[in-house]
Amino acid sequence: MNRLMAWIDERLPVSNFVKNHLSQYYAPKNFNFFYYFGALAIFIFILQIVTGIFLTINYKPDAAQAFASVEYIMRDVEWGWLIRYMHSTGASFFFIIIYLHMFRAMMYGSYKNPRELLWIFGMLIFVLLMAEAFMGYLLPWGQMSYWGAQVIISLFGAIPFIGESLALWIRGDYVISDATLNRFFAFHVIALPLLLFALIYLHLAALHTTGSNNPDGIEIKEHKDENGIPLDGIPFHPYYTVKDVFGLSFFLIIFAFIVFFLPELGGYFLEKDNFVPANPLKTPEHIVPVWYFTPFYAILRAIPDKFGGVLAMGLAIFVLFLLPWIDRCSVKSMRYRSRIYKILLTFFAISFVGLGYIGMNPVTPILTWIGRLFTLIYFGFFIALYFISPKEKTKKVPDRVTTHE
Amino acid sequence: MTESKKPSNRRKFLTHLTQVLGGVGGVFSIIPFLKTMSPSSRAKAAGAPIEIDISNLQPGSYKVVEWRGKPVWIVRRTQNMIDKTLEDNNQLSDPKSLEEHQPNYTKNKFRSINPEYLVLLGVCTHLGCSPLYKPNAKSKELGLDWKGGFFCPCHGSKFDLSGRVHKGMPAPYNLEVPPYYFVSETKIIVGENGDNV
Repeated sequence: MNRLMAWIDERLPVSNFVKNHLSQYYAPKNFNFFYYFGALAIFIFILQIVTGIFLTINYKPDAAQAFASVEYIMRDVEWGWLIRYMHSTGASFFFIIIYLHMFRAMMYGSYKNPRELLWIFGMLIFVLLMAEAFMGYLLPWGQMSYWGAQVIISLFGAIPFIGESLALWIRGDYVISDATLNRFFAFHVIALPLLLFALIYLHLAALHTTGSNNPDGIEIKEHKDENGIPLDGIPFHPYYTVKDVFGLSFFLIIFAFIVFFLPELGGYFLEKDNFVPANPLKTPEHIVPVWYFTPFYAILRAIPDKFGGVLAMGLAIFVLFLLPWIDRCSVKSMRYRSRIYKILLTFFAISFVGLGYIGMNPVTPILTWIGRLFTLIYFGFFIALYFISPKEKTKKVPDRVTTHE
Repeated sequence: MTESKKPSNRRKFLTHLTQVLGGVGGVFSIIPFLKTMSPSSRAKAAGAPIEIDISNLQPGSYKVVEWRGKPVWIVRRTQNMIDKTLEDNNQLSDPKSLEEHQPNYTKNKFRSINPEYLVLLGVCTHLGCSPLYKPNAKSKELGLDWKGGFFCPCHGSKFDLSGRVHKGMPAPYNLEVPPYYFVSETKIIVGENGDNV
């Protein structure tokens, strides 16, 4: 065995790779609950790829056959229902995980110098993931697939001058049709997963260059022992692999419960209207995107002007890219930041969840006004942060991580 | 490499020229890929004009047909509805249809060639949902000041009986009137202007 490994290592540095990135890759020893979500995101990405491959085996990307082929997977293909429910539940969980992963970065300042690129790669993954989920949602060719896509694609039509021809080019037809379904299938199963794979690689490469941040927001590389090993670091393997496996098994209990007992989750994970085949002549009474888009959708609806709404929605995502430069506080973790920051972040989280709730519900005058208020808070967070962060009254940051020995 | 270690000007020039030409060629080679995503000839052909028979349409009722995959409404108005359309209505944001969302020959209060027949694209100008036909005034759902018209269930946009949008709605414009013309008393062609231009 050792001789085989030596033979391989001479030709491909496998052992070195394992050392550099696992057994001698030192991560801060004070990771907490919020540090599960990176590993969970990778797990769910792989799960989506694998279940996706097995779905394409029976799925037909054809407007006349798509809906029936999904029902065929559900009813006639052996275990097809399980594969499909894992894929659909996985999509929702992917977003739960990613949102918590991003919120972790905001709590502990993980996007700050020197991890700006890491954050930007992460944001690109988030945007691509939204595109991936949106295109995937068209494939079952149900009513909500169809009309949701109709709404989202017509957003592009609101762009002045080029909008209409851009929407036409995206659809490949005057309406959402077979042409649209076929190209969305191609993007969903080939183009975007490949791009996601590349970006996840870059995200991890950037992470392993700077090393992980931690709940104290301290650079563990600043305190090393005589061998050059960070004093507050522990090898990723076996310490964090074991921790992540524990987290994964807990996650799988919840995941399996949803897949087996509540795969539609009362219409939130799989919307009820989507069990009716797409009909271009009949709009459902109440079109809502799936829950993970609703915070941004609520921002769109809060603005009374069409192009303004599209702009605000785009800005709500784009502004996150700039977070490393908007937040000018030198202290990373909220543990040592001012009370004002904690209040701002709390309001931001409330407005995000609130917008998500509003985006899921029909338009009423009261909800529209609450939506406008939350939209103001959402953007207000970034504006306030820009001005407050350089002058924040911070606490003293400890030299070494605070852990229970 | 006997003269100097720096590349000669000639070599630099040739290198840059190769880079530029390669770059230009690379950019142009993207065009066919992007073009495959435009509507195909078949899709364009499917978007051809259609003929609609309106002989069996009763006053007050409406008919939906599909053109380019979008719903086209033909409403046969009653005299009462025509009168209501003529009344001044301060609820509307563009009562005179000044914005270009109809062919010129329908740029009037009725937004139609023949006041009796209204032809509209049944697609909300907000985000492309299909509004509902609510011809009766003072409905429970739409309030006491409702004068009859179309209501979009997606985001609550209201339109009058000529498809003109109310003020302060998510929908920015009046409902679109497709190009059409009458071949005879009872036949309409949708998708072409005919002699109306």
